[in-house]
Amino acid sequence: MEHIRLPKVENVKLLDRISHRRRRVGTLYLTATHTIFVESEAGVRNETWVLHSLVCSVDKLAATPSGCPLLIHCKNFQVLHFIISKEQECHDIHLSLQRLSQPESYDELYCFAYKPNVDEKERRQEWDFLDLKADYSRMGLPNSLWKLSPVNQHYKVSDTYPADLFVPESATPPVIVGSSKFRSRGRFPALSYYCKDNHAAICRSSQPLSGFSARCLEDEQMLEAILRSNPRSDFMYVVDTRPKLNAIANRAAGKGYENEDNYSNIKFQFVGIENIHVMRNSQQKMLEVCELRSPSMSDFLEGLESSGWMKHIKAVLDAGIFIAKAVAEEGTSVLVHCSDGWDRTSQVCSVACVLLDPYYRTLRGFMVLIEKDWVSFGHRFSHRCKHLVGDPKEVSPIIDQLLECVWQLMEQFPCAFEFNERFLIAIHNHVYSCQFGNFIGNNQRERIELRVHERTHSLWSYLWANRTDYTNPLYRPNHSQTQGLLRASTSPYSFKFWKGLYNRFDHGMHPRQSVEDYLRAIQEETQQLEEQLTSHTQKISQLEQECSDSCKATTFDKSPTVWAPGNNLSLANTPQDYTGGFITGSPCQPKGPDSILLPKSTNQISDASFSNGSDQESGIADLSCRSPLSEDSTRDPDSDEAAYSAA
Amino acid sequence: MEFAEHIKTANVEDVVLRQPLQPPSRGTLCITGHHLLFSDREESDSRQVLLLLRNIDATEKSVENLTGYSGFFSNASHSERMSGSSGTITMKCKDLRVLQLDIPGMEQCLNIAHSIETLSCLDCVSEMYPFFYRPVELSLPEQWGLSSPEMHYSQMKELYEKWRLSTVNRDYSVCSSYPPAVIVPKSIDDDTLKKAAKFRQGGRFPVLCYYHKKNGMVIMRSSQPLLGANRKRCKEDELLLQAVIEGSDKGYIIDTRSRQQAQQARMTGGGFESKSFYSRWKRFHRPMERGKALQESLIKLVEACGDESNNMDRWLSKLENSKWLSHVQNALSTAGLLVECVERDGHSVLVHGSEGTDCSLLISTLAQLIMDPCCRTVEGFLGLLEREWIQAGHPFQQRCAHSAYSHARLQQESPVFLLLMDCVWQLWRQFPLALGFSEALLLRLATEVYASDYGTFLCNSDQERCALGVKERTHCLFQALLRPTQRDYYSNPLYERTELAIWPSVHPQSLQLWKGYFLRWTQQVRHLEEAQEEIRNMVIEWGKLACS
Repeated sequence: MEHIRLPKVENVKLLDRISHRRRRVGTLYLTATHTIFVESEAGVRNETWVLHSLVCSVDKLAATPSGCPLLIHCKNFQVLHFIISKEQECHDIHLSLQRLSQPESYDELYCFAYKPNVDEKERRQEWDFLDLKADYSRMGLPNSLWKLSPVNQHYKVSDTYPADLFVPESATPPVIVGSSKFRSRGRFPALSYYCKDNHAAICRSSQPLSGFSARCLEDEQMLEAILRSNPRSDFMYVVDTRPKLNAIANRAAGKGYENEDNYSNIKFQFVGIENIHVMRNSQQKMLEVCELRSPSMSDFLEGLESSGWMKHIKAVLDAGIFIAKAVAEEGTSVLVHCSDGWDRTSQVCSVACVLLDPYYRTLRGFMVLIEKDWVSFGHRFSHRCKHLVGDPKEVSPIIDQLLECVWQLMEQFPCAFEFNERFLIAIHNHVYSCQFGNFIGNNQRERIELRVHERTHSLWSYLWANRTDYTNPLYRPNHSQTQGLLRASTSPYSFKFWKGLYNRFDHGMHPRQSVEDYLRAIQEETQQLEEQLTSHTQKISQLEQECSDSCKATTFDKSPTVWAPGNNLSLANTPQDYTGGFITGSPCQPKGPDSILLPKSTNQISDASFSNGSDQESGIADLSCRSPLSEDSTRDPDSDEAAYSAA
Repeated sequence: MEFAEHIKTANVEDVVLRQPLQPPSRGTLCITGHHLLFSDREESDSRQVLLLLRNIDATEKSVENLTGYSGFFSNASHSERMSGSSGTITMKCKDLRVLQLDIPGMEQCLNIAHSIETLSCLDCVSEMYPFFYRPVELSLPEQWGLSSPEMHYSQMKELYEKWRLSTVNRDYSVCSSYPPAVIVPKSIDDDTLKKAAKFRQGGRFPVLCYYHKKNGMVIMRSSQPLLGANRKRCKEDELLLQAVIEGSDKGYIIDTRSRQQAQQARMTGGGFESKSFYSRWKRFHRPMERGKALQESLIKLVEACGDESNNMDRWLSKLENSKWLSHVQNALSTAGLLVECVERDGHSVLVHGSEGTDCSLLISTLAQLIMDPCCRTVEGFLGLLEREWIQAGHPFQQRCAHSAYSHARLQQESPVFLLLMDCVWQLWRQFPLALGFSEALLLRLATEVYASDYGTFLCNSDQERCALGVKERTHCLFQALLRPTQRDYYSNPLYERTELAIWPSVHPQSLQLWKGYFLRWTQQVRHLEEAQEEIRNMVIEWGKLACS
């Protein structure tokens, strides 16, 4: 609490991001964990809660006559624009929030303070909900080809790897240890996925320390052992997910990639996914495009293109498809790595798994997948998601890209996934929120040191408990789309912009009615009706005479109208902002006088202005007011004077 | 029939047909006056492809003479040598399908190509297929079409007090592109209308197209007033518009041209309603793309969709460069503006551009869909199209003579109707429960408008259709779409009527490429169709239980 300089500010305005003239007035509270804005309109108590750990940046803008603006960007892409009337108050809030949103030690994180009403026994059970060993045995492991190796117990060989790892049966501890010494951070090749139908496997590692000519016998033996564990195949792929240039540059630092001449029977392949810095900048640019207030279609598409974001998503998906096809169609094993093997490698292995195995397209399966390829294999969540204040160059939206790849696949195959978009968004939110212990720290060893399993709650059982919200009503386990390998398209036109995530809080942009909620409602009703039907059929056989009465009681109201969540009916009756910059071609209209325009009546929402700033074609400023409702300020555009000057 | 003179080779055996999403098949090709017929040789499941020649937008042929190979057989006869040659015809259709025929024999191939090229773009309307289409299960309709100004008027009791049905145009002499009957203010007599018509391009004087029951406000549409350089005025036109806003303080005019375009139009005899003579009308300029520019936009978009470079940057830049989505955004937001004027601001609106046969119809149609739940059922929507497009004189024949693939020089082509379908699809996506029809209906209409068995989209105006006897001699598409066998397919299983206006979001993030149309011949779209099928099944299953 010592960081809170000012716990409460009254008369704060919260602006709508799209239309600044739509605003709410209320009180801002700072607590140890949240910023809370309570709207003080008569009658309605509308609260906005923002977790400090979700705050990405707090910026104080130059003061305006109406007050001092404070802009809060969140890691879940919420943007809050407050106007605080007194500069000093704004200053205090700014400083407090800056400190609160940048914890300096793990103990400050919300998960250690989050205490829902659950007893200790239940809390411990939460952590037993997912069991990675169970997933390996689902794959048919251990078997005669792959074994569980104790070599990394106590994290002695690689401190960023999990303790339990599967390696080829023929890989002896000296080979593993030898190989690990030839790999960045000791991350030797280990199994990520095994396809029991054809014995092909996906293994992962970090880059070899090959420099320009170094070799390592044990590492060569390790790859040989992986190849031998796939008896039907006479070669394997080694996929380096980096662009070739980056890999070559690494050679100068004594790192690099496998030389095909030194390893027997490997086919080496680059797939060209950019590094964390490129991805961070790309997302930043993409988010700037999302934040444009009324961009024209061209502004938006050009901005999206120059951000490069969609290109990067496509690269990750392309790489996943390459590996999935090698495994499913050629029956060939693949070793995947990048530099350290915890960013691109995790992405690509997971995408390949989702494409390959229908299990990973179920709710539980997808949680297992993240637990396996990301949590256990040491994706540096705390660094990438900036859980603590630290090096900004370590931050990168690698997990966002995985979730988006899966979302793109869901859009292509609407019946193939048991979970829905909301599930992905919930995971995204909590990867960043620090509310649950799952993603705290950068690897298993750190989580054990932090005693995460003893002190925090698990996201997975929380999601599972709420699974009805996260289930796709169109999912059909036996649908032809759902079987085996997903044959995804990566033609550029197959990709969409994920407004559900990046414009998540701009409700006006989302469909106003939800097919999914409608289907969920009728699905539930269908189930109930079926149950009733069975019970009635039983009754009928028992009490034939009373049957007709009971049937009457089952008539349902045939109208499960579901409008999109968060939108009540009246929202559908709210006009959008049709002023749009695209008409004037200038999205940056002067913002100044907005706040002092028009006395508002409730049924004439002020942004309903459809008269806009200027006529681009004529180049003549249109001085007509922003709303056609007030005629007074209108200059007659076709008075003789104007007509002549134009002629 | 004279078609025979264009058909030198009517049948070819051993032709290979390649079409999207299906393996190539070998069979017999047959050309008739209106169709290309291909039947598969496979006996197990014989497939036939019947393609309306009118659907073919462009053909490309390449012939290959393989006599070099037959040269090895020195005693090969002439005919055998000829059969050693072969040719390929690529047919690019107006429904964006691309088909390819591999035809043995160079001469046969050239003959077939010639027939296709000639027969696919015959100009004479009365020779077009709808006049020959006689399905056995149907007799020619007694009543043609679903709606008309007469029916519209008689069904709207609210109109009786202040509006009347005028038959001033019964012989099409006042306005050649209007139907015989139109709805006008009661206080305006036919003589005034005749004079007002002279002051409007093509005689398209302001007529009522929509009456908003909630507040009695209306949407009128017309063409531009003929002010000319001398700034002429017309008392009757002013009276007519005055009568529209009788009892209200003002009205709005939405001009679908920029202010500059509207001013320049005066040089060629057109113009806009000047403030000094129409003092109670407030004008907005909302420039919308039309004509050639719109056609070029479509061509660029289709070209982008066919790009095989697999390069994301290239795709996004081509998509942007086509401007198609900008036109969608613009049309929806202009329609949104129109609805704001009528529904929220409570004033009547007059819409026009220059001719008043394209963009004006586009936005008045969209505005009605947004405001009026009656237009959102299958019947309501088709009726709306009949009134606002067919009878209101959208020149379909000129606008839809060619589509995106044609190499022919552009004349009057412009995909305004397709743009409407796209905008309606965007509405349907944003309000998936509010529209009574399915995407399939929009796709069907977008296809039929370019090539059809039915007479609905023939000609440019009611007058032309009358002269050719379209209503007596062809079948009506809209009635066919409402037949019980078709109905389920074209209705939205999730439909639930709402009385509220469905305000579309026009943020770039909210608008999408209409994959169902522009990528309809790709595998992806099949997956989306399967999902629609699942939705339909779920609703049916639930419906059965709920009724039992």
